[in-house]
Amino acid sequence: MSMQMNTMPTDTSASTAGVAFQAMPSHAVKPKVKIENLNFYYGQTKALKNINLALGERQVTAFIGPSGCGKSTLLRILNRIYELYPNQRAEGQVMLDGQNILDPKVDRNQLRAKIGMVFQKPTPFPMTIYENIAFGIRLYENLSRSDMDDRVEKALRGAALWTEVKDKLQASGQSLSGGQQQRLCIARSVAVRPEVILFDEPCSALDPISTAKVEELIDELKEHYTIAIVTHNMQQAARVSQKTAFMYLGELVELDDTKKIFTSPSDKRTQDYITGRFG
Amino acid sequence: MASITARKNSDLVFRFLCYAATAMGLGALILILFKLFYEGFSGLGINVFTMTTPAPLSQGGLLNAIVGSLIMTALATVVGTPLGILAGTYMAEYGRHDKVTQVIRFVNDILLSAPSIVVGLFIYELVVRPMGGFSGFAGACALAIIVLPVVVRTTEDMLLLVPDQLREAASAIGAPRSFVIRTIAYRAARAGIVTGVLLAVARISGETAPLLFTALGNDNLKFSIFGELESLPTSINKFAGSAYPDLNSLAWTGALLVTAAVLILSIVARTLTSVKKSSP
Repeated sequence: MSMQMNTMPTDTSASTAGVAFQAMPSHAVKPKVKIENLNFYYGQTKALKNINLALGERQVTAFIGPSGCGKSTLLRILNRIYELYPNQRAEGQVMLDGQNILDPKVDRNQLRAKIGMVFQKPTPFPMTIYENIAFGIRLYENLSRSDMDDRVEKALRGAALWTEVKDKLQASGQSLSGGQQQRLCIARSVAVRPEVILFDEPCSALDPISTAKVEELIDELKEHYTIAIVTHNMQQAARVSQKTAFMYLGELVELDDTKKIFTSPSDKRTQDYITGRFG
Repeated sequence: MASITARKNSDLVFRFLCYAATAMGLGALILILFKLFYEGFSGLGINVFTMTTPAPLSQGGLLNAIVGSLIMTALATVVGTPLGILAGTYMAEYGRHDKVTQVIRFVNDILLSAPSIVVGLFIYELVVRPMGGFSGFAGACALAIIVLPVVVRTTEDMLLLVPDQLREAASAIGAPRSFVIRTIAYRAARAGIVTGVLLAVARISGETAPLLFTALGNDNLKFSIFGELESLPTSINKFAGSAYPDLNSLAWTGALLVTAAVLILSIVARTLTSVKKSSP
């Protein structure tokens, strides 16, 4: 895996590649994650109703929809993070490379090594910048000091953070700015070499400049990873994704090429939402 | 509706009451401290730290009491702290949504506010009588029981303050639950938990009642926990009621030592919490 070091915010090589990718016919994209007949319950409340969709390999799929429609819930099923809480239950299948990850026999920690997640609020661990990255790597690999240094550097470069922090790797991760913290969290996810990365409103707590940096990063990351992103910002969905899913009241209304969703959606509810009639 | 003047007046009255109450509380504290320092320092000398309980009208000190207090406080802390932290961890992490946690919390709060003399009597029945005599061990047991609820409560509270997002983030890269607790939650809550332990130590260093029924006291310097052991609070209790002014003075000095110890622990605890705030 060779992550390009893109520290210049104006670098556009990755987005050019993105356009080329978008131009490819959609059937050429292999599905990485397939969700089949998925239902989800918070106690007695049904939060997701019979969801069927696929996430294309090395593509960005955006999930939009009004608050409470189940976007984040859907994301939280993919790495089974919902299992941290009682009374939450998923039914159906989520196939990752042909294996049903909802099967209790699938080890959830190994699953989470393959499916990383970046949250709404930046969540640096209460330790140094270096340790924030090394933490995840140590869970899976026993590296020598110099190998670990390399991996940490690579991860930070991959998240376009290296030049900003290389002189203060021993500073607390929590001393960084919000945008830097979020890129640190992305670096932390990337460091364990996942195949899929889930972004749950990654920019909602960031200023426009940090948002632009994270969006650019997502665009670069799709060269190597399958990405799902939940966002309330429709411009963001249009900017970063190849596919967009519109969800409403726990249902998947439609999932199509991003361009099509924002120009000529098939469903009236999508049309109403993107034109700002509700939500 | 009240007029502007009426509202201004009621504001004035309320503000006066707040200031007056603060002044009364502070005033009492200053008087106590002043008296304590005045009386305590006048008796403070090297003999306090080198000599043991004196016979009336001869010179003596508090060495046996200081040593006994240190031994019992240390033992109680060593036993009570890990138990309290693990129990608090269960309540905040594993059993957060369980009914049994609510019951434990309720019972723990009762223990937290239970009169310490009850704890003393309990250990008297449970340890002193079966073992056939008073001992430093029994004293330490009683103090450990007082440490326990304080540590349980602060550990639970501090762990609950750690945002769930942090746990989710650590779980999301595949860290097992116990690993998340040990490496992330404890680290984030460390300053608070240490503060809780220090406050528990401060609390037991002044406890008298539970030691009267358990360690009793000893006029000689002893290092064994399997015999009667003196402690600062019991010394103060003994000397304060004495008819000899020398012993009264020694009681004040003992009180000064206990207060100073508690003050230092509180300052350390506060520093730890503020360090956490400034560079989280």
